[in-house]
Amino acid sequence: MGLLKPPLHGVHDARGAKFTEFGGWDMPVEFDSIRTEHESVREAAGIFDVSHMGEIIVSGPDAEALMQRLTSNDVTVLSPGDAQYSMITNEDGVIIDDTVVYRLPDAIEGDYLFIPNAGHDGEMQRRWETHRDEWGLDASVENVTSDWAMFALQGPDAEKLLMAAVDEHTPAEPTAVQNLKSFTATVLSFDGAECIVARTGYTGEDGFEILAPWDDAEAVWELFDVQPCGLGARDTLRMEMGFLLSGQDFHPEDNPRTPYEAGLSFTVKLDTEFVGRDALERQHAEGVAEKFVGFQLLERGVPRHGYDITNTDEEHIGTVTSGTMSPTLGEPIGLGYVPVDYADPDTTIHVLVRGNPKKAVIKSLPFNQ
Amino acid sequence: MTFEVPDDLKYQESHEWARAADGTAKIGITDFAQDELGDIVFVELPDVGDDVSKGAEFGVVESIKAVSDLYAPVSGTVTAVNDQVFDAPELVNDDPYGDGWMLEVELTDESELDSLLTPDDYEDQIA
Repeated sequence: MGLLKPPLHGVHDARGAKFTEFGGWDMPVEFDSIRTEHESVREAAGIFDVSHMGEIIVSGPDAEALMQRLTSNDVTVLSPGDAQYSMITNEDGVIIDDTVVYRLPDAIEGDYLFIPNAGHDGEMQRRWETHRDEWGLDASVENVTSDWAMFALQGPDAEKLLMAAVDEHTPAEPTAVQNLKSFTATVLSFDGAECIVARTGYTGEDGFEILAPWDDAEAVWELFDVQPCGLGARDTLRMEMGFLLSGQDFHPEDNPRTPYEAGLSFTVKLDTEFVGRDALERQHAEGVAEKFVGFQLLERGVPRHGYDITNTDEEHIGTVTSGTMSPTLGEPIGLGYVPVDYADPDTTIHVLVRGNPKKAVIKSLPFNQ
Repeated sequence: MTFEVPDDLKYQESHEWARAADGTAKIGITDFAQDELGDIVFVELPDVGDDVSKGAEFGVVESIKAVSDLYAPVSGTVTAVNDQVFDAPELVNDDPYGDGWMLEVELTDESELDSLLTPDDYEDQIA
């Protein structure tokens, strides 16, 4: 099977983008230069095509119960238009995927929307349907990944760019944009296209994620005269924040991690019932053996996924899960899991860069605070 | 997109160039290679006095997104290293055939140059 393509693949190609395979999709990785795109987002704004992200709508009388039992956070606190970061865990409490759960605004048909990572939508649809049937719940599960394009407009200028692009006939415009709080969503009209707009993102900047109907994607994208950014800059931006990348910083088979190990305890509500809750309750009581940390290399070199982490006695203590040269700091940074004894800031560790130990120090996350 | 392929150089399929003169050769990576790599952030090179062998690894160039080994287009002894690229690796992006050069070697076998690609051949390869 060939790679899936976002609706703007041809537009990106004509713009000179380079592409990479990600989760079964052929996505733009770089338009101009990762550094240029990264700096645009930190200093002004950039727009990313993240149409490879999945969209699943869950509706019906038992939609809330199904969402509650398959995600680790508490969906019952969500009012229409609210969003929350959440984990999807297996019976062992291991993260299968991370996701944002939306209680859909009243203007959109359906109860809940959640956004699985690229290539996970089919698996999540099956997981939701299987458990729904097993538990005898009355809910519909609709995979609408191919109905929606998704863009992330990120950076300190994102709000004013969004306000300039939104149609005047959108109710309460422009206050609809200004009033949109972090982790809330509403429906706005762009060039006549009704889009779900949420004040969310994965760069650490203020910004918005826009779900646009697939056929309107190009018209909406063209409204933003701003630096287009690829997945390369998205990766460096999220690494500076210490945000995890599915499949790399956690993977249910290759690198099974719980939300507690990953530093995401705020996404786990043990007073709710969900798959993996009991295992997580035990780990919460016992404490974790390893923790997700950020580190900075103090010697020349760049940490990369898969490099060994050792202590200063050259004993293996972990593996780098993500690494890069931080465009903002101008320093090599990385992420990985180490035993709790090595997890405190300022602890010295070594990273084996092509077999050569390089001194590194544990840093508090985010790196660019 | 078109890439600069100077007429006075010889090229290796793995995207290194060699500029030979008087029994020595300067070595670097091509305009195409630097563009493929993107923002270069780190270069690792041998020391003066080290030997390099045609086709063998002699160093590493890293961009924000990728790591690439460097392969020697010719054999010889390193007579100079461009240490400017250690502190300013972006020189390789900005001027791959000029300030972004990497090594100068004293050739052990000048006939090796004949096996490298001509500018026309290299242009065909990256077309």
